Amino acid sequence: MTVEGTAERKTARGGSKRTTAKKATPTNKAPQSKAGNSGRADQAEQDQLVQLLTPEGKRVEHPDYAIDLSPEELRGLYRDMVLTRCFDAEATTLQRQGELGLWASLLGQEAAQIGSGRALRDDDYVFPTYREHGVAWCRGVDPTNLLGMFRGVNHGGWDPNSNNFHLYTIVIGSQTLHATGYAMGVQKDGADSAVIAYFGDGASSQGDVAESFTFSAVYNAPVVFFCQNNQWAISEPTEKQTRVPLYQRARGFGFPGVRVDGNDVLACLAVTKAALERARTGQGPMLIEAFTYRMGAHTTSDDPTKYRAHEETLAWEAKDPILRLRTYLESEGFVDEAYLAAIDEESEALGKRVRDVVRAMPDPDTMAIFENVYADGHALVDEERAQFAAYQASFADADAIAEGN
Amino acid sequence: MAVFEKITIAKAINASLRASMEADPKVLVMGEDVGKLGGVFRVTDGLQKDFGEERVIDTPLAESGIIGTAIGLALRGYRPVAEIQFDGFVFPAYDQIVTQLAKMHARALGKVKVPVVIRIPYAGGIGAVEHHSESPEALFAHVAGLKVVSPSNASDAYWMLQQAIAGDDPVIYFEPKRRYHDKSRLDTESIPDPLHKARITRTGSDLTLAAYGPMVKVCENVANVAAEEGKSVEVVDLRSISPIDFDTVQSSVEKTGRLVVVHEAPVFFGSGAEIAARITERCFYHLEAPVLRVGGFHAPYPPSRLEDEYLPGLDRVLDAVDRALAY
Repeated sequence: MTVEGTAERKTARGGSKRTTAKKATPTNKAPQSKAGNSGRADQAEQDQLVQLLTPEGKRVEHPDYAIDLSPEELRGLYRDMVLTRCFDAEATTLQRQGELGLWASLLGQEAAQIGSGRALRDDDYVFPTYREHGVAWCRGVDPTNLLGMFRGVNHGGWDPNSNNFHLYTIVIGSQTLHATGYAMGVQKDGADSAVIAYFGDGASSQGDVAESFTFSAVYNAPVVFFCQNNQWAISEPTEKQTRVPLYQRARGFGFPGVRVDGNDVLACLAVTKAALERARTGQGPMLIEAFTYRMGAHTTSDDPTKYRAHEETLAWEAKDPILRLRTYLESEGFVDEAYLAAIDEESEALGKRVRDVVRAMPDPDTMAIFENVYADGHALVDEERAQFAAYQASFADADAIAEGN
Repeated sequence: MAVFEKITIAKAINASLRASMEADPKVLVMGEDVGKLGGVFRVTDGLQKDFGEERVIDTPLAESGIIGTAIGLALRGYRPVAEIQFDGFVFPAYDQIVTQLAKMHARALGKVKVPVVIRIPYAGGIGAVEHHSESPEALFAHVAGLKVVSPSNASDAYWMLQQAIAGDDPVIYFEPKRRYHDKSRLDTESIPDPLHKARITRTGSDLTLAAYGPMVKVCENVANVAAEEGKSVEVVDLRSISPIDFDTVQSSVEKTGRLVVVHEAPVFFGSGAEIAARITERCFYHLEAPVLRVGGFHAPYPPSRLEDEYLPGLDRVLDAVDRALAY
């Protein structure tokens, strides 16, 4: 099995005009079409994999997506990715120590998340799935807030409206419709904000994602669909989800799709900025397929050794999003030892803070079960709350005796 | 405003939507064919003409999409009133309703509200094809986070919908489609009962009939016939299925000692089962007979030529009344 795109991993079906042209280079180009009736546009679309920074850390240009960042901004992206990875690793460790029940690691997807996350304006709105820790970081959500649901003290501990970052959505794909509806509302308000919906290659099979494509196209809603194709939906490779490269799905719905190197933070930033700008200026939705790789397990409960080859993971390691930016920064002389050491120090401090906060995170009050079930209340909830409180109070005497009072 | 001596439920709902949209610019109406056509039952007739396509939205034919985008609109501060064209079409949206809409307020620890109202023409009696006559209310009442109501007359249809729209919780508003053209009185200046309060529509002393939506009229007819036979039957229009106003039912049963619950939905795991259990618990020493239920069978809704036999009608409810009185 190669580490290349969906269409390259599967064999061509008999009679198909598709080819499985194998790439020797690690540029992840989509397969070439040899279909005689495919026009130049087809060809161009299939050839595209937007990349601005090669795995070797070399800056390259793309005709449609330019980016010109100051050393300061580049360092910022590096810092974001390093701290996000550090936080993520800390959370994995906390799960291993029993402090969290579960963790869904973003390892390997830092560029896709930081690049797209840093493309957003404050007034834009994000609808994440459950792995967007890097986007949350960009939105200013305190990383420790993300951990409550994985510890089991809540189902989402932050106020979505304080950072325009909606709660994590666990059932895959559902939030693409919420994002679309929200974008329809933005449009009705006459605002020039944009909305971004995150989802994955697995979720691309969900009907809700298809419906969100339909609704957003029909209403020309200002929403960007950001699909992180990390190649694996738990144990199922992308070819179990699709017969075409995912970005091509957009065309059938009437809006553009683009595949970007998801391990290239510059390309992810440039493409997402362009897509958001399109949305803001009334040009409707766009699909971005960030071609990346889930370096870790699906969650801490998963064992990827059962379904994927170690060589594949190794090959993707060579395309590491952080390493390539660091190589570039070093080659340009944009960072020095002192800077890198400072980031390491900051990482350590973040890790310590996360550990301390999580370990001190209290269990919720039992009666919280009955809170916020309804905004305006509900007679049955009130009745059950009272009954349960009375039931608990009935142990008060026994507790007092046990304590020797 | 006005007093209508005789207005249909369909027109009352239309007037209610109109009043809600006039009162609050954030109220939207969305669904399949709700715009130019005014809905397949013409319930939204003229709304798009008066409020524009931005507020009365013809949607793609995708129910999950309708509810999913309604949730998004609600998160943006709108109050969408989404129509599902027929009861049997709601299931593609069931995931969005149960998994997202019902739980989002709790998931956000109360920090977001999703005031989405879902109107569903439901229940049988109109000779329709499959999937157009179902009563799925229990499937929604079972879900914490949702409220479920069903009016039986024009005045309730008018007020309950506005109350549902004005509230901050998701509400499934079941419209008894076979009663759409039944006429009754509506005073738009009156003060409505609270949304989730049951109402005694007929007083009696021997037995209580509890029903909602399309079955209220059947139960009132039963009370009339029973009265001719010297039996005094009280009728409770529950109006709300989640929450249920058990207090009103309890008071009635403490007086009559007998309860029969009537709904079109299948009896098995239906709302009648919940009412029977609760009332047995609350009124054990007042009951002269077990709580009986009359409803649909544990079978798919039959072809329309059989629906008169399938649906609880006058005779089947009277039979249950007789059985309860025989204890």
